[in-house]
Amino acid sequence: MTLDLTQFHEIFFEESFEALDSMEAALLKLSAGEVDAELINTIFRVAHSIKGGAATFAFNEVAGFTHVLETLLDQLRAGKRQVRPDIVDVLLRSGDAMRAMLSATQRKEAIDTAGVATLRAELDRIMSESGNAAAPVAAAAASPVKAQAPAGAPAHKPGWRIKFVPGPDLLRHGNDPLRILRELSTLGHLKVSADAGGIPPLTDLDPEVCRLRWNLEVEGEIERAAVQAVFEWAESECELTIERIGGEPSAATAPAPAAAPIAAPIAAATPATEAASAPKAESAARNANPDGGSIRVSIEKIDELLNSVGELVITQSVLSQLAAPLEGREAGELRSALAQLERHMRALQESVMRVRMLPISFVFNRFPRLVRDLGQRLGKKIELKVTGDTTELDKTVLEKIGDPLVHLVRNSIDHGIEMPDVRLAAGKTEHGTISLHAYHKGGNVIVEVSDDGGGLRKDKILKKALERGLVTSDVELSEERILNLIFAPGFSTADVVSDVSGRGVGMDVVRRNILELGGHIQIFSTEGKGSTIRIRLPLTLAILDGQLARVGKEVYVVPIVSIVETIQVTRERVCAVANGGQVFRLRDDYLPIVRLHSLFDIEPDHLDLLDGLLMIVEADGKRVGLFVDELMSQQQVVIKSLETNFKQVTGLAGATMLGDGRVALILDIPGVITRFQEPEERGRKPQAA
Amino acid sequence: MSNTNANGGLEAADAQQFLTFKLAGEEYGVGILTVQEIRGWSQVTKVPHTPVWLLGVINLRGVVVPIIDLRLKFNFANAEYTDTTVVIILTVGIRVVGVVVDGVSDVITVGPAQIKPAP
Repeated sequence: MTLDLTQFHEIFFEESFEALDSMEAALLKLSAGEVDAELINTIFRVAHSIKGGAATFAFNEVAGFTHVLETLLDQLRAGKRQVRPDIVDVLLRSGDAMRAMLSATQRKEAIDTAGVATLRAELDRIMSESGNAAAPVAAAAASPVKAQAPAGAPAHKPGWRIKFVPGPDLLRHGNDPLRILRELSTLGHLKVSADAGGIPPLTDLDPEVCRLRWNLEVEGEIERAAVQAVFEWAESECELTIERIGGEPSAATAPAPAAAPIAAPIAAATPATEAASAPKAESAARNANPDGGSIRVSIEKIDELLNSVGELVITQSVLSQLAAPLEGREAGELRSALAQLERHMRALQESVMRVRMLPISFVFNRFPRLVRDLGQRLGKKIELKVTGDTTELDKTVLEKIGDPLVHLVRNSIDHGIEMPDVRLAAGKTEHGTISLHAYHKGGNVIVEVSDDGGGLRKDKILKKALERGLVTSDVELSEERILNLIFAPGFSTADVVSDVSGRGVGMDVVRRNILELGGHIQIFSTEGKGSTIRIRLPLTLAILDGQLARVGKEVYVVPIVSIVETIQVTRERVCAVANGGQVFRLRDDYLPIVRLHSLFDIEPDHLDLLDGLLMIVEADGKRVGLFVDELMSQQQVVIKSLETNFKQVTGLAGATMLGDGRVALILDIPGVITRFQEPEERGRKPQAA
Repeated sequence: MSNTNANGGLEAADAQQFLTFKLAGEEYGVGILTVQEIRGWSQVTKVPHTPVWLLGVINLRGVVVPIIDLRLKFNFANAEYTDTTVVIILTVGIRVVGVVVDGVSDVITVGPAQIKPAP
């Protein structure tokens, strides 16, 4: 076969990794005591299709190992063996091993053969346990790969072994090998193995010439004449050897991995007429997957689409701007048509965005395993509660929150949840609970990781921070600020682990990751009761509803989600405070006034508060008044990252293109507030309240 | 002898091409393969809290590209924006940046033997 199979490798890897995920999910359900035939079937299907694929691409280690795994799964499926925790454990680790093997193969690296061999030995041991040897399973009959899986052990049943080598003209004379095989199968249990060795490269392939050969085994008390009768019409055009299945082990029952590469490439190489039963069985198995109506599209294509839509949105807003000053009857019609266009654009944009959205369960799914394994290792009893795992998030966001979340959950398991005896002594249940909770709020997705463990010890955090010079003793810190100290870089060192129940390990990294996504992280903790970490993430990284605001010559985009209201300032509501700052009385609150022009060092039109506008913006529960010259239109803007070609700037979430082709910077309100507060922190407590 | 060698180097595969440009009367060069395009000077959007030599960002066909004034970066006193002032768009690694120079001059081919270590 000279057909280049490497082009299919990536798809195979991708599908296999996904399949392994679903296998792991099913295994975890099994381990939770749910014994369900469908679950075992799912696991089996995964193992089977990976094995088939691996054999096709000659990843023999993977195929060989999976074969052993499959045999065990087959026994579980047939009810020959009970599902036990230790078996599930081995199966879970086998899944890991397969993943490792596949990714090693993908990267063209060496496979950890020693580890695989150990696992394989373990699988073998389990299978040899109750003398219940593997037996062929009727349901698996269709596939030669599967049919041969339990090879070796079974006693030979009576039957016939047939070697069927059709002549090249068989098809031209109207004989259909498939029909022959089908007829054979009515006589008794049929095992089919196709030999595609004679197939030329695709370019030289003549679909009318039959080059396939078959090794067949039909079981049952059948008369030789009956078998021969099946081949009656083809007899003159083929070589046919029919022999009784005897005691001697024969070449036909060679190990499955050897047979599989022969059978499977047919799917790729030959037209449908010549397709043997093996690929059919495979595709049938694939069709059985629940995600029937989906296609695989590369992210680049979707991003291209999204970009084009973004440009369209800009063009559309240019058109609207051009139409605005027009007058007359036609102008009205034009405007209403443009309004319609805008609605359609929004709909289009939303559907394109939705293509990129995935449920957060993609990330949450790894946690049952993590909690189970880590809990076991630490001897802690932990229950994981997951809610809102259907909440959808942009794929990019999803990919980037995986690691931070793992970190947080590990922290909760490792340092949050106490040992069972400690918990009992504290009057809590023996089982600790970690909950993952995801939900929509405003334009954001909130993810909360909470535990009912020991909580953070504020006195120790403060002591540590003083030692490290992160704070000075003369400043009175709010509870929130003390908790936030664990996010400070340099707070995450080994001795903190023992001192402050270990929280803070790499928490600065977690926070940085979340901030990079345009999200925010908050921590709540009650000593003795547990902690909650709340992460706020943008629904998507690509588009934002923005309010354009002008300061001098510059135009900034303020995210609408951050805006509370915009007001005209009156003199009597402004009070001066120390250090030249000003606060503004809004109903019963005093809000600090942030002058954008002085914060960003630009030349404004108005210096007097009465001439401009005050935008009340909110982030993380803090509100400030943002002083700008003028408000402009509201529009959806496509977020372009500043980081791609430059770097992150505190206070800026990115940039976007305006209708006139200019770049406008998008404000990051939490960053703006931080920027505003930071230089004053040493002096006084921010935000007089 | 050394001359012919150098000439031979010009035709050799390891000879490099450089785009030369003027900065405060001096000639500078940049590897031609990093040059994406040359644009006329256009207004930029200022980015706050950045060094003075970072003039701001422009919209280059939908991509946000930072613009650096090399004359300010190199601490030259005179950074005027005239008719010949141009922006060279460079691709550096995965990043795209624009540099403002007084004007571009030529493309020269230089053999490895002609490149001396920096003073």
